[in-house]
Amino acid sequence: MAAIRLEQVTKAFGAVTAVDDVSLEIADGEFLVLVGPSGCGKSTLLRMIAGLEDVTGGEVWIGDREVTDFAPRSRDIAMVFQTYALYPHMTVRQNMGYGLKARRTPKPEIARRVAEVGELLGLTDLLERRPAQLSGGQRQRVAMGRAIVRQPQAFLLDEPLSNLDAKLRVGMRASLAQLHQRLGVTTVYVTHDQTEAMTLGQRVAVMRDGRILQCDRPQVLYRHPNNLFIAAFIGSPAMNLVAGTVEGNGVRFGQYLVPVATPPALEHVVVGIRPESFEDAAFAPGMPTIRARVEVLEELGSDAHVFFQVEAPPMTAEVLETASEEGLLPTDRALFTARVDARTSARVGAELDLAVDPASFHFFDPDSGARLDTSAAPVLAAR
Amino acid sequence: MSARRRGRRARQAGWNVVGIAIFVVMVFPVFWMISTAFKPNEQIISVAPTWFSLHPTLQHFRDAIDKPYFWVDVKNSLIVVSVTVAISIVLAFLAAIALARYGFGGRKLFIVLVIGIQMLPQAGLIIPLYVVLADYHQVNTLTGLIVTYMTFVLPFCVWTLRGFLLGIPKELEEAAMVDGSTRVGVFMKILLPLMGPGLVATSVFAFITTWNEYIFARVLLNDQSKQTVTVWLSYFLGSSRHTDWGALMAASTLTAIPVVVFFLLVQRRIAFGLTAGAVRG
Repeated sequence: MAAIRLEQVTKAFGAVTAVDDVSLEIADGEFLVLVGPSGCGKSTLLRMIAGLEDVTGGEVWIGDREVTDFAPRSRDIAMVFQTYALYPHMTVRQNMGYGLKARRTPKPEIARRVAEVGELLGLTDLLERRPAQLSGGQRQRVAMGRAIVRQPQAFLLDEPLSNLDAKLRVGMRASLAQLHQRLGVTTVYVTHDQTEAMTLGQRVAVMRDGRILQCDRPQVLYRHPNNLFIAAFIGSPAMNLVAGTVEGNGVRFGQYLVPVATPPALEHVVVGIRPESFEDAAFAPGMPTIRARVEVLEELGSDAHVFFQVEAPPMTAEVLETASEEGLLPTDRALFTARVDARTSARVGAELDLAVDPASFHFFDPDSGARLDTSAAPVLAAR
Repeated sequence: MSARRRGRRARQAGWNVVGIAIFVVMVFPVFWMISTAFKPNEQIISVAPTWFSLHPTLQHFRDAIDKPYFWVDVKNSLIVVSVTVAISIVLAFLAAIALARYGFGGRKLFIVLVIGIQMLPQAGLIIPLYVVLADYHQVNTLTGLIVTYMTFVLPFCVWTLRGFLLGIPKELEEAAMVDGSTRVGVFMKILLPLMGPGLVATSVFAFITTWNEYIFARVLLNDQSKQTVTVWLSYFLGSSRHTDWGALMAASTLTAIPVVVFFLLVQRRIAFGLTAGAVRG
């Protein structure tokens, strides 16, 4: 096992810069997730660590070796591809043993390690099958097995769960977390799914346009997103974002004026409120309330999502950067989501009093998208 | 039965008839060649056609084989075909890898040229090729013919193999490289086994094209001892007043045998979809 260090790594494809001056340290044994929308450069960054893409500028270190110009085979890393990339003409056993064979490991040792990992992943009965005879989940496990058998310095996983159906994905996610705990191998995991990132990563690096916007523990990203993009990206359902103005000791957004303890210094701001900062007023006495007209009600059993309109233009990272994007509904009013107790009396078309916790409001600069901190400075500690 | 269902049945029956008609048109010449090869002469030239001879004879086959230069020309054909196919496949495979996997200046132009060459009428190339080969004293030699065949077999093989290679996910090679293989290792252990069906299919087509080629062989080879079997076959039509149809058909049947045998030997390897299961669910 080894730490991975990227120093001002850049990758350009002609005039397009896919990865732009990224510096990142991944500690020995850490599980780091690279997350971001498609085309943000996360897969390219991973492939640069693997040696499958040349580095335009900067250095890649694995352990105490600078491997920037090393061939993939000399880096001692294992990679799991989104498509699994199992060798179709080989059995599961041969697939898993291929890397060891290529490295001239003695045959008995290969057999022992393949059997061991096969047992660990529940593949023992499938060892003589070919990839075509396996289900999606089994193929995924074989791909993992092929990586584990090698006992490499680090695992690089490129969206390994994205081809599985939703239910299997949740199961495999838990298995991956367990495996990492057991093996303790440095892991870099690429995904576009923020839920996967939040649940798996010890640290999560959010990427956009080839840059890392913030790299921190999932809880820090969630509680202190340092800009609008991360605020909009992390969390499900997504954070409600709307244009607002500071009025005295309160913040006005649309028809609502909510008192806040320490309002931001700017007059015009973007207000961010997580759906779980709301509650049906009946279950949260003593909090400030707003009256909302229920547009849509989603009852999920464990809780309920209440959608209501706010008379102010919605704000997203995209809206800020690229004017407005036409949605299905008129975009001059934001549609807010509130996550409330499942016992709520909310009915579509009726009015509902929602308690709201102003202490959990987020404020952003509408020009730069940067976080405007009202209380404590954001926690920037790495781990 | 509703009118709609009846209509669908009728349409289906119509297509079946068309299919059978096409089958008959394609198979009949082959059937006629083989059946004529076994018929006694009087049945061949009689006005009323005989579909199957009830008294088959092997005499025509004996006549054909005893004709001068048969074995020599079969040997020539085998040499030309095997050398052309072997060299073309090796070169085409390497070229196809370059075209399918590596980016380089002029790649698109090269691909267009490769396919463009296929569109030139071959007859138009005979004279220029003859002149060039004559300059290098390669007229009336098998090497000259091999080089000529490669001018159209090689581009065809490059084009086809490139298509097969594009069907093999690049991730398989990348996975093998991360797993510890060199580029040569990836080629030997991953690409070559997966390209098996593609290589077989391409060589079958190359074999058939070269074995059946007549015009270039006819023009470039004038010495009877250096001719290929298709040219040898044409001598049966020597005089317009008397053609030995029985021997001609027997000889044609014999000429077709190697192609059929080669195809039967390798057709099981043409199992498309071998990469199934490599990627995704």
